[in-house]
Amino acid sequence: MIELNDVWKTYPNGVMAMNGMSIYIQSGEFVYVVGPSGAGKSTFIKMIYREERPTRGEILVGGENLAHMKERHVPYLRRNIGVVFQDFKLLPSMNVFENIAFAMEVVEASKPEIRRRVMDVLDIVRLKNKARFQPHELSGGEQQRVSIARAIVNNPDVLICDEPTGNLDPETSWEIMHLLEEINDRGTTIIMATHNREIVNNMRKRVIAIENGRISRDEVRGRYGYES
Amino acid sequence: MRARTLGRHVKEGGRNIVRNGWMTFASVSAVTVMLLVVGTFMLLIMNVNHFADTLEGDVEVRVFVERQAEAADQEQLETEITRVPGVDDVAFVPREEGLDNFIASLGDEGEYFETLREENPLNDVFVVQAEEPERTDQVAGQIDSLTHVEDVEYGSNIFNQLFAATDLVRIVGLVLITGLLFTAVFLIANTIKLTIVARKKEIQIMKFVGATNSFIRWPFFIEGLLLGILGCILPIGLLVYGYGRFYDIIGQNTGLEFFEFLPPQVVLFQTAILLLTVGAVVGVWGSLMSVRKFLRV
Repeated sequence: MIELNDVWKTYPNGVMAMNGMSIYIQSGEFVYVVGPSGAGKSTFIKMIYREERPTRGEILVGGENLAHMKERHVPYLRRNIGVVFQDFKLLPSMNVFENIAFAMEVVEASKPEIRRRVMDVLDIVRLKNKARFQPHELSGGEQQRVSIARAIVNNPDVLICDEPTGNLDPETSWEIMHLLEEINDRGTTIIMATHNREIVNNMRKRVIAIENGRISRDEVRGRYGYES
Repeated sequence: MRARTLGRHVKEGGRNIVRNGWMTFASVSAVTVMLLVVGTFMLLIMNVNHFADTLEGDVEVRVFVERQAEAADQEQLETEITRVPGVDDVAFVPREEGLDNFIASLGDEGEYFETLREENPLNDVFVVQAEEPERTDQVAGQIDSLTHVEDVEYGSNIFNQLFAATDLVRIVGLVLITGLLFTAVFLIANTIKLTIVARKKEIQIMKFVGATNSFIRWPFFIEGLLLGILGCILPIGLLVYGYGRFYDIIGQNTGLEFFEFLPPQVVLFQTAILLLTVGAVVGVWGSLMSVRKFLRV
């Protein structure tokens, strides 16, 4: 599903973010990506949705090599990858329904299709009753659920979460984690970068630790393993 | 692109126009002023050209042949005139015919000159047509230097002034229009830039959820296009009304028998099409500049 082979990345300012990273993630896996800040987690995440290109090596997502992917094919790659951010990135001028529908308009879905599918995902994230709310009227956890709904509305095979619980209190974080687990159970591969030791240690999944641009640890049911 | 998508882009473009309020107003005003000038000069130039065309038939050089020239000299001169570059047609008017015409033109009073027939004071004349009225001056000058030519006569001043005026109108118009054109493009580019900045977050999210670059760019082209088209409404309205009024009042009473201004139905349609095209081009050009510069998608 996702495969990195000897990937190197040097930023123009000389920072070496990846030093020969290799990894294989199967379809349907749930993977935590942990490691100290600046170790290369973000670079790893960004490479999967082709926000960054590797300096050397190959990155295969769904059989395609992103290292040589043409710029105009990138949008089609991204339709198959949902992204959830720490700061939700919702549009304040649109209500919940519109924020999610937006992602489907962009891929030119039809109106009835959009309505049906948006209501479906709102059901999954349990926000059907707040479809007409503006983002600022929602709690942080609810906002994150909207952003998850938006990320999965186009039925991606992969969901990438960049510190999805970073801005949330512990209780709300667990809500989000259960939701992600549910989505994973439906067959979506989930890759989640996190600093949340409690979650990693209690909801056991595969853990990939990145240090100095390399995989330092890769355990099937791993632990966080850092002093947070 | 699907019709539905185009509908979305138009709606988004329209929404941006409303959202940008004052900048929209500024750029539409700039387009309006520019197009008003373009339209006015277009009507002016069309009429000046029409005036020149009307006169063209009358652009002739009268070449007076020296009275002592022999028949052979005249023939020689005729061939030489024909060879002068830019000469279209040469007609010979013998002095007898010239006198007949002169007497006839005086009507009843002409009989006082009947006596002149004995001792005709006129010269034989070649009437020369230049190929292009603008070159009458040169043609006349060259003919003047030929032997056996006593004098040449043509409406030099009027024509030179007319052509100079036409050129001046064109140059002034061109400079003015170019300046205003760039102002309009600049203002539109700035308006679009504001939209792009205001929608930065939205654009970023569109990229994450897999919008193609053209999908992201379209609303901005539409916004520019709409700004350009909005800008041409007022100028077209004003020119249609203004020129119509102008034509009603003095169009056919110019004080010159042979000249009338071009009727509105002939020129206004062309002018409106031109303004619409220029407006649209300026709008799209402005948005293209901003999209290329500020929209890294």
